[in-house]
Amino acid sequence: MRQFVGMMKLQLPKILGLVVALGLSASASAQMMINGAGATFPYPIYSKWFDEYAKVDPSVRFNYQSIGSGGGQKQIMAQTVDFGASDGPMSDDNLAKAPGKLLHIPTVAGAVVMSVNLPGKPALTFDGETIADIYLGKIKKWNDPKIAALNAGAKLPDNDIVVVHRSDGSGTTYIFTDYLSKVSPEWKQKVGNNTSVKWPTGIGAKGNEGVSGQVKQVPGAIGYVELIYALQNKMAFADLKNAAGQVVKPSLESVTAALSTAEIPDDFRFSMTNAPGKDAYPVCGATWLLVYEQQKDPAKGKKLVEFLKWAVSKGQGMAKDLDYAPLPDSVQQRVLKRIDEIKT
Amino acid sequence: MAVAASITVEEVSAQARMARPSRFGDQAFEWLTFAMAFSVVVLIILTGWQLWHGSTLAIKKFGFHFVTTSTWDPVGEDFGALPFIYGTLVSSFLGLLIAVPLGIATAAYLTELAPLWIRQPLVSLIEMLAAIPSVILGLWGIFVMIPWLRDYPVPVLKRLLGWTPFFSGPMYGPCMLAGGVIIAIMILPIITSVSREILRSVPDLQREAAYALGATRWEATRIAVLSYAKKGLFAAVILGLARALGETMAVTMVIGNTPQIVLSLFQPGYTLASVLANEFTEATTDIYLQALFAIGLVLFGITILVNLLAQLLLRTITTQSATRAVQ
Repeated sequence: MRQFVGMMKLQLPKILGLVVALGLSASASAQMMINGAGATFPYPIYSKWFDEYAKVDPSVRFNYQSIGSGGGQKQIMAQTVDFGASDGPMSDDNLAKAPGKLLHIPTVAGAVVMSVNLPGKPALTFDGETIADIYLGKIKKWNDPKIAALNAGAKLPDNDIVVVHRSDGSGTTYIFTDYLSKVSPEWKQKVGNNTSVKWPTGIGAKGNEGVSGQVKQVPGAIGYVELIYALQNKMAFADLKNAAGQVVKPSLESVTAALSTAEIPDDFRFSMTNAPGKDAYPVCGATWLLVYEQQKDPAKGKKLVEFLKWAVSKGQGMAKDLDYAPLPDSVQQRVLKRIDEIKT
Repeated sequence: MAVAASITVEEVSAQARMARPSRFGDQAFEWLTFAMAFSVVVLIILTGWQLWHGSTLAIKKFGFHFVTTSTWDPVGEDFGALPFIYGTLVSSFLGLLIAVPLGIATAAYLTELAPLWIRQPLVSLIEMLAAIPSVILGLWGIFVMIPWLRDYPVPVLKRLLGWTPFFSGPMYGPCMLAGGVIIAIMILPIITSVSREILRSVPDLQREAAYALGATRWEATRIAVLSYAKKGLFAAVILGLARALGETMAVTMVIGNTPQIVLSLFQPGYTLASVLANEFTEATTDIYLQALFAIGLVLFGITILVNLLAQLLLRTITTQSATRAVQ
């Protein structure tokens, strides 16, 4: 015991120094920390925004955990984070469970493209019903007359179609099944629309990486991936016939065109699949930030509102570099007005 | 005798009390280690309770039918765990089928037959196999193993055994067979190293006795070593099975993630651990989340059940060999 006390006395200056240093560093980082959690799809653009915004306003730092849309909705309802993020709008049930009124703030949009593995890499065109029938298991071979009708001149082999879908719950699946539910009544009745569904056929792969990996490995496979992912990995993808009957190539422009012609209700919980515009790509969706209309902490609330305004206006310019489609001007104005309604 | 009678009982105990050294250190050590051991038990009970508590809604809605129904419909909110139980058991069993003979044979080679200079390098290599992260093995599975399976073993299996229901139908890529093979690769190191330790602990006397009776190399290994170490080898297999039941990442990348119950090993399947890993983060509704908790409870239950069965089996092996020794 005596030896112990003696040893402690020797170490005292070191211990005091450590305590002082810790105290100083704690007071130095008096930055405001705003926490968010949710969707994985917009994680790259949100990271870029947080980085850039730190240069605009160094007094606030954002921390975002991409735990998935479901997690994001749950955490904002439990109020463990300051804002949530979700690839699909919250359901009425969940909104009713939240302790306050939650606002949906759309930020960017992305598209879902069909990737195909066929010999010779033909450039294919599909329409909604054909894709629904493929994923329902009704069209089983590549040289089916329905596919041939849309692709005159393409060499379609007599092989089985191997359907690949997502095994994990994801916003990409949400957008894809939302589109299929709109173009195929049989799909809507049999399968429905959610982040995770009961697929009638096909193999499941985890994440965009999993689906693209399977499509690359299996001859005759078809799968759906995010446009960003397909562009950055230089994958070949198919064109789609949209609601207006035009064949549209998936691109950032055709997604923004879909956004500008989609019907967007006041609470911004919209679905933009199968948009009516002439140049609209039919399979795309937005991602939202979920914030309470009545902010609990006035200081944090003010900073959050300033960030949201910046993201929906100046931040949109950075979206294209990361292959996200920015909101069109008309939607931006409406969203800014909604952000003004947040009470701090 | 007179001298002994002059010391009273009280004096003896007083002397003993004065001379007894402090037992505080020993007591403290005993309590501390007891607390550690007890905390492990508490952890297991807490885990089970938390799983139960998180799945009450699902249990109330589905009851026992949860483990007998085959649908998994997040949109229609109808959940059943049977395809996953089937997938877990089949893929684990397949993995054991491949890894146990391989592992025990490797262990026997390393302890009995290998020249001394090869033993340590081989042991290090096998332990390195255990160090490969699950995800990397899964990636290797998608890009290397599955194409190899599709091109070489599968056509042979189809030609020889295509008439059985286990090898019927086309193989597109991810399938139950791939899941079983990857599990075998993952549990091979643990089965090999534990078996090796068990075989090493067989006393040399047993081997010498066998040779003295005129046994060949193979007979000595079989009778004196493997037979003697049966109980320990069985424990090694159980350890491997426990690892196989819980293996998640590598399996989910190669098994195809389709909840179905089919006999063919060329068809994709789904395991309990895989569905948890895949769908947990995006489970938006309460019943969906609770159904996943229920899946966790089922996996927990299966692991405990398998371990209990193994303990029972172990006891029968011991009693059998004990009766044989007596005779």
